Amino acid sequence: MKSTLSSFTSNVLDIDAPAVAAELEQAIREIVLGRLRRKGAVVGLSGGIDSSVTAAICARALGKERVFGVMMPESDSSDDSLDLARLLADVLGIKTTVENIAPTLEALGCYQRRDDAIRKVIPQYGKGWKSKIVLPNLVENSQYALFSIVAQSPAGEMKRVRLSAEAYLGVVAATNFKQRIRKTMEYYHADRLYCAVAGTPNRLEYAQGFFVKNGDGSADFKPIAHLYKTQVYQLGRYLGVPEEILRRPPTTDTYSLEQSQEEFYFAVPLQTLDLCLYGKNNGVAPEEVAVSVGLSPEKVQRVYAMIDSKLHATRYLHLPPQLVEPIEEVSAIH
Amino acid sequence: MHQIEQEVRQFVIENFVFESDNRGFSNDDSFFDTGLLDSMGVLTLVEFVKEKYGISIEDDELLPENWDSVNRIAAFVQARRTQAMADQGSLAEIAQNLS
Repeated sequence: MKSTLSSFTSNVLDIDAPAVAAELEQAIREIVLGRLRRKGAVVGLSGGIDSSVTAAICARALGKERVFGVMMPESDSSDDSLDLARLLADVLGIKTTVENIAPTLEALGCYQRRDDAIRKVIPQYGKGWKSKIVLPNLVENSQYALFSIVAQSPAGEMKRVRLSAEAYLGVVAATNFKQRIRKTMEYYHADRLYCAVAGTPNRLEYAQGFFVKNGDGSADFKPIAHLYKTQVYQLGRYLGVPEEILRRPPTTDTYSLEQSQEEFYFAVPLQTLDLCLYGKNNGVAPEEVAVSVGLSPEKVQRVYAMIDSKLHATRYLHLPPQLVEPIEEVSAIH
Repeated sequence: MHQIEQEVRQFVIENFVFESDNRGFSNDDSFFDTGLLDSMGVLTLVEFVKEKYGISIEDDELLPENWDSVNRIAAFVQARRTQAMADQGSLAEIAQNLS
């Protein structure tokens, strides 16, 4: 642990954006053209900062004609997601397509199954209702990270109910169709174009398991997975990502009520979590981080414990299919 | 109290301890520190306790001091039962005074 209280400031996450961009460009060329032996990259565009930066850096690395953007709205997507994704594609000059995945999700029973699961705790939930999943504020107290559903009736009445295990797992399993169908569509275009699929997680999402296995967690390469969220914004600004995207608060864009990523998963402001994750990764004492993030050392310690807990709880998401014995002829060529 | 400990311990073993794990955890061992339960495990335990002992559990009671070991859960359940009995006693007393 470092001993001086002045060495840790919120500037620790500042990057030399031109240098980082140059390194990434080189790495992406080596990975996509060299290791993966594909002609270019397919990126799912959500209108958010991560997919925008991923597409922008791929376009610089491979050339705009070798990057293909796929926009995949569904019934619960906010309108500006598509507008912002289109704006980015125009700025980058990349080719895109819009795949409305709502009919596919409908056919799979995604919405019906989700609503059935919600009805286990809110029996009157149905047509015209909206909902989102939220966590308690875990920094303010040491509660367990148990999810609640916030639902709004057609008349505007709000309800907040703690989810049972069965209801929670049911809602998550149904909504995970969204990320998995999107990835299926990305691979369709990647196969068609002989391209690789670019994953878009930042370090927080990757390390904390904020992704769906075989959904948005699936990809051939993940060029910004080592960058903290704050650094992704800095890179985005350097790469000329439109201001509207840089200013947009991060959202999961998965539930019918507007939901921030903090409410769904981290329960801590992302900037604070970013600094805590950096501090923890670099052995900085909670007392030092506390000064920069404006929390008490006890609360930073709580965030450290939460990061650890999430790291262990989501270990399964990172595991590849487990084999009983290694397959030597395959291992030999990797 | 001893019976509650046994029942909770049995539920934890049946639901969260896999064959290859060490079943020798003590009733004071922290579920979190031993990695036995994550928040989904706690949620499952909360539902077991609600159903088994007929007590409602508020969000602000979902704290490690109530749920992080077999003994803590047993003490929490016992305290809630004692409280419920005291409340019933007071109600009976009030009813008697009113009649």
